[in-house]
Amino acid sequence: MHGSSRRGFLRASGAVAAAPVLAPLFGSGAARAQAGSVLTIAYNTTLPGWDPTSSAHTANPVVQSIFKSVFDQYVDQNPDLSFKPGILTRWEWNRDKTKVHLTLRKGAWWHDGTPVTPEDLVWSLERASDPQGTNPMQFVWGKMSNFRVDGYIVTADVKEFEPALLKWMAFLTAYILPKKAYTASGAQGWDAKPIGSGPYMVDKFERNGYVRLKAFPKYWGAKPAFETVVFKFVPDPASRVAEIESGSSDLTLEIPYEEYDRLIAKPGLAGAVHPTSDLGIIFLTNRDVMLDANVRLAAAHAIDKKAIVDRLMRGYGTPVDTLQAPQYAAFDPSIKVKYDPELAKQLLARSGYSIANPAKFSIQTTRGYKPKDYEMVSAVTGMWRKVGIDANIEVYDIAKHFELITQHALAPAAFYSWGNSIGDPSTSTGFAMFGPSPHAAWKTEDVDRMIAPLWSEKDEAKRIAGYKAVDRHIAEHGYAIPLLQYAQPVVYKKTLRFTPHVGGYVLPQVMTPA
Amino acid sequence: MSSAYLLKRLLWALPTLLGVAVVVFVLLRVVPGDPIAMMTPPGARAEDIARLRQIYGLDTSIARQFFTWLGQVARGDFGTSISLRERVISLVVGKLPATLELVLVAMPLAVALGLALALAAVYFRGRWPELVIDGFTGLSLAIPDFLWALLFVLLLGVMFPVLPISGRLDPGIDSDPRTGFYLLESIVTGRFAIARALIQHLLLPAAALALPLAAGITRILKSSLLEVMNQDYVTLVRVKGYSRARVLVRVALRNALIPALTLTGVQFTFLVGGTVLIEYIFSYPGIGNLAIGAVIQRDLPLIQGLVLTFAVIFIVTNLLVDMTYALLNPRLRQG
Repeated sequence: MHGSSRRGFLRASGAVAAAPVLAPLFGSGAARAQAGSVLTIAYNTTLPGWDPTSSAHTANPVVQSIFKSVFDQYVDQNPDLSFKPGILTRWEWNRDKTKVHLTLRKGAWWHDGTPVTPEDLVWSLERASDPQGTNPMQFVWGKMSNFRVDGYIVTADVKEFEPALLKWMAFLTAYILPKKAYTASGAQGWDAKPIGSGPYMVDKFERNGYVRLKAFPKYWGAKPAFETVVFKFVPDPASRVAEIESGSSDLTLEIPYEEYDRLIAKPGLAGAVHPTSDLGIIFLTNRDVMLDANVRLAAAHAIDKKAIVDRLMRGYGTPVDTLQAPQYAAFDPSIKVKYDPELAKQLLARSGYSIANPAKFSIQTTRGYKPKDYEMVSAVTGMWRKVGIDANIEVYDIAKHFELITQHALAPAAFYSWGNSIGDPSTSTGFAMFGPSPHAAWKTEDVDRMIAPLWSEKDEAKRIAGYKAVDRHIAEHGYAIPLLQYAQPVVYKKTLRFTPHVGGYVLPQVMTPA
Repeated sequence: MSSAYLLKRLLWALPTLLGVAVVVFVLLRVVPGDPIAMMTPPGARAEDIARLRQIYGLDTSIARQFFTWLGQVARGDFGTSISLRERVISLVVGKLPATLELVLVAMPLAVALGLALALAAVYFRGRWPELVIDGFTGLSLAIPDFLWALLFVLLLGVMFPVLPISGRLDPGIDSDPRTGFYLLESIVTGRFAIARALIQHLLLPAAALALPLAAGITRILKSSLLEVMNQDYVTLVRVKGYSRARVLVRVALRNALIPALTLTGVQFTFLVGGTVLIEYIFSYPGIGNLAIGAVIQRDLPLIQGLVLTFAVIFIVTNLLVDMTYALLNPRLRQG
């Protein structure tokens, strides 16, 4: 250190300061999404890793589009949520619903060129059901055991009847993985070289940057129109808008509705806003003032859901009165909770509340987690104030929400979204309203008594009717206040043909050049 | 600056790091948000949650978790990320070079701009260019780096799309680097097309980071230059017939540079901190982006590892600043 001269140091500093010569860098302009065989998607989240069945993010619905591009699900879904063959061509119960028969597709291949075998199917299901494993849906897969292979048919015993088991085959963590390749690489090595049997192979993965996919030539299904697909991870909505507006990406999603309207008016861009399986719901907790039925029902009748959708969501969304979206199996359009502020005032008056003496409680909401979440709750509290409910808004983040709900410690009211891409009532009303479920805010015996027998009801028509009755009971007693079915905005270049999916998936394999 | 002094400073860093570790560990356990609740689906039973809590080592007391973690850290093991299922140390080592490259491009940009503006402002003292420069530096200081980032995205990414606005490198380019220092490696190995693409991606985020710092350097350096220009020895040089520009660069600048360089060193740590938002806006895959994901997911081991990394960067930078200051100011070399 003593040997260094100050003059030398200053000279070096000057050299560094003079170094940047930037002009030639602008030569070729910005990176552009390539037309033709490359599809670039500015995606709204990052992909943490490549295990679609046994990692912390497997229950995250947002990353499923990428998983579905690379891996096969046991059962696939059409854009309207109806089911269709995936890697299984048949999936069915035996007569008394104590066994399931799963028929594996013949002629399917892994990305490393080896065939998909029944052993892979059994291994994937056993791994998912391993109580020592990290599959968060182990409680579903663990209901199957004693797998037997007969040619391409795998039969499993069902230890505990789960009516939605076959629908779960198209849901979270329901992916087939290659036994040999996964075992060889191990969990740590898997992210470096994931192998699926889906329409696209992972070509390059830069964590927090992008993933580049190449079409898999031996895919059993239709050949994808785009040879190369790039999912750029752009979690910031403003940056996603810039991506599509600058032409750097061909498609983006989940942007503010105001931006959507602005972008689709521009030449060269088109858009689709389609309903998804996400509902925005005010969940009530059976505590404090919410134990009063008059307050609950008044809160429900005081909300003008149509006005919220029309004015706040710019018309994008569908008002709902039950915990089922119109595309779900147990949706009952006859369940209605009318907007009637006068009735709300009368109900509150019966319990001694008025505008001068309002019922008071807190309502929790995220801010920016879902479109207009905080604004929606602000609008609701404004409507409530006009009838005699004074609700204090508490903003929390989604991690806090999950912590509180599992401890049954939410505020008397809490707004959040509930997704259910298989559309079964057990995964909406069942998990959301059945007391023993850690994700149920309302826990009362009357609801539990109605739901409990439906968990093991083998007559499907009776089960669906049962859930419709539960939904009607919930609406009549005001145990939850469903507000709207969300709509997902997608903007894309007019050179692209995009197919909306009610599951909210953005699947490159079903996109084609226009 | 003796080696004993250096050793002493390094030893002092250990209790600082320990303090950071304790504060971060306790804070993360106290603030709301349960990583297991985040990952469990609605249908999970209480026993499923307990099973996952045990798998991820979150079923013991906070004190026990802390000492277990501290013991691991002492052995160089920062644990495994809950959300990414990878060793924290390899995640940090994998992403840190990207952030360092961003900062190391932003820093010379800031210094060059600050230097040029300060010299120009003093040279044109009392004339309109000085007013323009003062206005520009005031604006640059008033607008935070993340707003500059958004402005650049709109201006140079959307309105006049001349530079890329996301990522570190075009997804279509196969670089296959051996180290995390893509830019340095591509220059050293002569892959200039890749280097050029990397610099194109770095320019906007680096400029957003650099502008507020450049404005600070301009202000300090200008003030320092004006003071030096009024000294007798400078007047003497001017009387000898040297031009104003030559006096400014060859005589005054050397003596005015020390405060500005000190500021630059101190601001380096703020640049590293500023990368968190900048990386998010530009979808730049460095440790800032990694940190945001870790916080959202409540990935406790990863957050702890990242905070410790930031702490080490801060401590090392401060040490380097002190050493540089001593190098530039002979009066501080002893003692």
